[in-house]
Amino acid sequence: MEHFSHDVLIIGGGAAGLRAAIAAAELSPKLDVAIVSKVYPMRSHTVSAEGGMAAVLRDYDSLDSHAYDTIKGSDFLADQDAVEFFVREAPREAIRLEHWGCPFSRDPDGRISVRAFGGMAVKRTVFATDKIGFHLLHTLFQTSLKFPSVHRYDEWFVTSLLVDGGRVEGVTAIEIRTGELVTILAKAVVIATGGCGRIYQFTTNGWIKTGDGMALAYRAGVPLKDMEMVQYHPTLLPNTGILITEAARGEGGYLVNKDGERFLKRYVPGKMELGPRDIISRAEMVEIREGRAFEGPYGSYVHLDVTHLGEAVIEEKLPFVKELAERYVGIDPAHEPIPVRPGQHYMMGGVHTDVSGFTGLPGLYAAGEAACVSMNGANRLGSNSLTECLVFGAAAGKAAAEYAQKQGKPSFGNPVQGLAMTEEKRIYGQVLKPEKGERISAIRAEMQTTMEKHVGIYRDENSMAEACRILGQLKSRVRNAVVEDKDHVFNTDLVSALELDFMLDAAEAIAYAALDRRESRGAHSRVDYPKRDDLVFMKHSMAYKGPSRPRIEYSPVTVTRWKPEERVY
Amino acid sequence: MTDTGTATLKVARYRPEKSTKPYYQEYKAAYRKDTVVLDALNQIKAEVDGTLAYRWSCRMGVCGSCGANINGTPRLTCATFLHEFKGRTITVEPLAHFPIIKDLVVNMDDFMEKLVRIKPWIIRDKEAPPEEGEYKQTSEQVDKYSQFSSCINCMLCYSACPVYGLNEEFLGPAATALAYRYIMDSRDQGKQARFPIIHELEGVWECTLVGECSVVCPKGVDPMLAIQKTKILGATEAGKSLVKPISGLRAILLPQGGS
Repeated sequence: MEHFSHDVLIIGGGAAGLRAAIAAAELSPKLDVAIVSKVYPMRSHTVSAEGGMAAVLRDYDSLDSHAYDTIKGSDFLADQDAVEFFVREAPREAIRLEHWGCPFSRDPDGRISVRAFGGMAVKRTVFATDKIGFHLLHTLFQTSLKFPSVHRYDEWFVTSLLVDGGRVEGVTAIEIRTGELVTILAKAVVIATGGCGRIYQFTTNGWIKTGDGMALAYRAGVPLKDMEMVQYHPTLLPNTGILITEAARGEGGYLVNKDGERFLKRYVPGKMELGPRDIISRAEMVEIREGRAFEGPYGSYVHLDVTHLGEAVIEEKLPFVKELAERYVGIDPAHEPIPVRPGQHYMMGGVHTDVSGFTGLPGLYAAGEAACVSMNGANRLGSNSLTECLVFGAAAGKAAAEYAQKQGKPSFGNPVQGLAMTEEKRIYGQVLKPEKGERISAIRAEMQTTMEKHVGIYRDENSMAEACRILGQLKSRVRNAVVEDKDHVFNTDLVSALELDFMLDAAEAIAYAALDRRESRGAHSRVDYPKRDDLVFMKHSMAYKGPSRPRIEYSPVTVTRWKPEERVY
Repeated sequence: MTDTGTATLKVARYRPEKSTKPYYQEYKAAYRKDTVVLDALNQIKAEVDGTLAYRWSCRMGVCGSCGANINGTPRLTCATFLHEFKGRTITVEPLAHFPIIKDLVVNMDDFMEKLVRIKPWIIRDKEAPPEEGEYKQTSEQVDKYSQFSSCINCMLCYSACPVYGLNEEFLGPAATALAYRYIMDSRDQGKQARFPIIHELEGVWECTLVGECSVVCPKGVDPMLAIQKTKILGATEAGKSLVKPISGLRAILLPQGGS
């Protein structure tokens, strides 16, 4: 088997991965850094972020205010030391991104503009019209090209972590273009693969968001933290799940029911459209349940109305909203309201790490949506996630690089070579073997409807127990499912099968962690336990891979300065 | 004209392990008013033929993965609606001018190499420390490069460009637009480093003003404008150094000039 070797290997080429690569390369040009990604970096899902990124850059603002908003938004599940580190580093990361060329929108005096965002006390979200994710991703990717020490494996799919003697020694990966499985050895590995929204039926997430890195770490014995905390965003296009940015409300847009009423006055009167996502998504569900929503071919929806902002503001601040509404709904948002409904958007949970991105398994780090530091707790505030990718991507890249500097070069001997050969047999001997059977797509669809129905916005014991049971069955069925394409060259059918296998692991961690959290907190809303229970559940869930199902343990929440209080807006 | 129905997609297949030549395969796909070509491909892949290979991710016109030649025109499959074709057979082929890896998946190594060559990053003598705050930039200064920073690297412009089709050494539309984007950015000081690259023989001077790049761009970027502006900047420089080919100047003055 062919093998390669690097000092630091980063899995994922989105915001967190690219930022990690730059941090490692900046630490020392002597370090050999590599990014392995199943897509070209500029295709990474960071590209779809729209509204902006939060950082304290104005005199009227303060780090404490950003920290408090984030912690209150998290429903007091965030680790406050992580949040304090985050708000402190955020301004520096925003400025560095500007220095690297990100085309931020500007105020008349030439400074970066800020806009309002949900759950934030003041305007602190910097933006580039409504395409910050696209601009941030391309800026980081293009900046990464200036470092000759950063190598890339574009369109390589990582299938497993190689762990020997209690530390990570590298990965196995398929070069998608040739279908060849190879070993990439590394002194340190950073997981930056993003979330797993494709576990759900209705999601803003791109096709590639399949929780690969979460499952890789989980299979290597690292716990997944707070996986039950799944964010539903309130404004998706009902037919496609395409995201309409929160910036539409930040700029003054209204949410309106079929009676023409701004219904949020009954749910978040102090914040209205700038309330946090968990509360607004639930408010929409109540409006739907109580018959005050519109009915359409794709189910119930409410209106996001930006008509009063006028064409000029929409052109200048929300051009992508206009483009998406025109193309995918056939309406001009300057003249007609946009139909929207809530849908899966973001994973607060992920691979357990400390503030430096270290997972507890020597040599393994994680950052971005794939990780759970935790700074988002039970509900992330809009515009904190891109900043999170930069702050913790940089931290993890630096920590991994410093660790790598102290390690000897890994060798392609046993047991690593044996592990790689076993992985080769698993993929080419088992996954590709069945000639007849169920399609991968059928099992995937059943997983998605199961998660949507049973582990969605509102949850209860029986329903989630049912989800756990079905997921167990799907895991057995997937072993006999047929990968129709047997080619070596660019076999997307095989990649889909391996992705589904990863998604089922993440889905199980979500369902079991959710089942065991018998309270309501942030995005985790149980009809049978409607109250937050700080006495029992102000703690992180930690899902460990068990022989037949996840084992759920708990770890304490770090409180520094902000005592839990009732979360009202 | 109805907005719903069943479409016939004639998809170009190429499976190098099965056949040395590309061939076409026909599929049927049900559609509604809001079904895009990508939805049809996904429906086929999930329910009919798992062997079909194509790239996609965001399905909202921003990741740039899903370009294909649809009835001969390079387009994003996620932004092309089936009902536009009013029941006629829709031919879906890989983007032209690129080597085919498999089915609709093309090899874009050439662009990835060109992208690095134009140095697509802010070049300054020294990056200011973050503590000093942002580099100030007015909206007018942003407007000078803004549209050229909207390129999603989808490769439609290369597929549409007849010059690139004949000469793959040509730097081409997207890479030149990106070079121009950095040249026009008030924060950048790298004009001198980039000029030799885009003014080499296969740089901007090869463009014959066909303009198809700007027509097919799904993000409203005008690469041809970037190429012409770069030529003018180059011509100004040429006055100083007399190293620029005369044929290039003709192309500015005579837009109908030969290919």
